Amino acid sequence: MENVKDLSPLAAYVEYCKRGSLAYQFCPDDGTAVFYPRVINPVSGSPNLEWRVSKGLGTVYASTFVHKRGEEPYNVSIIEVDEGYRMMSRVEETAPDKVKIGMRVRVRMNREDENRPYPVFVPMETSDEQS
Amino acid sequence: MNNLKRGSVAIVGAAESDLGAAPPDTSPLDLIAQATHRALEDAGMKLSDIDAAFVSSNQMRMVPQNVCEYLGLQPRYFDSTNIGGASSLTQLAHAQAAIEAGLCTTALITYGSTQRLASRALASPREYWFYESVYRPLLPVGGYALVASRHMFEYGTTREHLAQVAVAAREWALLNPKAWEKKPLTVDEVLNARIVSHPLGVRDCCLVNDGGGAIIVTSAERARALKKPPVYVLGVGQSISHRFISCMRDFTTTAAVHSGKEAYAMSGLSAKDVDVAELYDCFTITPILFLEDLGFCPKGEGGRFVSDGNIAPGGNFPVNTSGGGLSYCHPGHYGILLLVEAVRQLRGECGPRQVKDCEIALANGNGGEFATECTVLLGGPSTV
Repeated sequence: MENVKDLSPLAAYVEYCKRGSLAYQFCPDDGTAVFYPRVINPVSGSPNLEWRVSKGLGTVYASTFVHKRGEEPYNVSIIEVDEGYRMMSRVEETAPDKVKIGMRVRVRMNREDENRPYPVFVPMETSDEQS
Repeated sequence: MNNLKRGSVAIVGAAESDLGAAPPDTSPLDLIAQATHRALEDAGMKLSDIDAAFVSSNQMRMVPQNVCEYLGLQPRYFDSTNIGGASSLTQLAHAQAAIEAGLCTTALITYGSTQRLASRALASPREYWFYESVYRPLLPVGGYALVASRHMFEYGTTREHLAQVAVAAREWALLNPKAWEKKPLTVDEVLNARIVSHPLGVRDCCLVNDGGGAIIVTSAERARALKKPPVYVLGVGQSISHRFISCMRDFTTTAAVHSGKEAYAMSGLSAKDVDVAELYDCFTITPILFLEDLGFCPKGEGGRFVSDGNIAPGGNFPVNTSGGGLSYCHPGHYGILLLVEAVRQLRGECGPRQVKDCEIALANGNGGEFATECTVLLGGPSTV
């Protein structure tokens, strides 16, 4: 495993994805969760950003399904991650039009491209919240 | 608030190029030149009167050089700000600042596109950005669809409300001989159209046209000596919120809150003073948000505000009187055409779609997916 400190923000993020982790940055100076990853905190301007791994739980904030001609519809959602940031993703394992705002979701790595895995989400069972 | 002076400059010429579908091998520069020529004729001025060029395009890398070479201009001042559909409105603020500072006296603001001829993919190539591109959000429509989904969730806005925006735009377009769309449109037709990115269907999306426009801006003093009544710049405001939709802080409030506040403060006006609003309508959700954020109705009430023909011809508050990007023309960046229509309404040149006693017009340009907003307040001779 490469040392993420030597990697660009994107390469470090992808490296975490390869390990199965949804990573984000945290600024100890002001407690801001920063996403997407970058070299300074856009709230304070501080370069002191630490990598953290999210628990991978979140809530759907906005959702659409895209229907291109000749293709199956697919979901695109904005997920509010529990650690306090938002990201674009896709909710899978449910029909694209059944994804609802407010739905609780859990991360899963999409590994169709082993060199560039990326996080998607799946609906949570009620029991997931207690675990 | 900015330090620009209310009414220090005026728009003295305004024109479109040919709109719709350009003949084969037309370049964006051909359309820019055509619109510039017409705007100068409208102003009673000549090319040699222009000493500043504020130009924008998605299809050229060094737009000021392209435009100035083609037109034979040697401007003292130039600017090629590209912030998407708000570019020309922001450039009006830049032109005002440059004229006030004595950097130039008479500015050309122009934009042109052959996106229909060249294809959207070639005319406005998308940036690859890992954090969104892997999810294939089908931008720009997908970004607006996400915002619409949140507005529906928080405020009970419906697809019928969105459809009302498209229907009102079509009714205005039927009164505008230059509009692309020529046939009536019903709410049911909008609702039953193919879904592109839910809740937005094909009829919630703007046109994809070739076209361009130009306006000529000069000092209020010079403007009063010209042939047509000046259209004064009473207020301008600009605000950037984000670049990528996933970074929009609050999906139901746009940067138009800030750009509007600045434009109102500079002009000393408020929403109740506005006679006509030209609001960027790349998708049906946008006028709904701008009506809220610019103070025409309370937050969350935009969907109800656009219903029952309220913004259509004969309604209480005229919006997008040209037919808008939805039914008149959308050449990729629609901002310049918002200004052209506002100028014509204030001059009383709009024939059957003319708004009665139109003295104050508001135009709101939007760039990216609600990424940048620029609000402009214009007024006729009675307002200064």
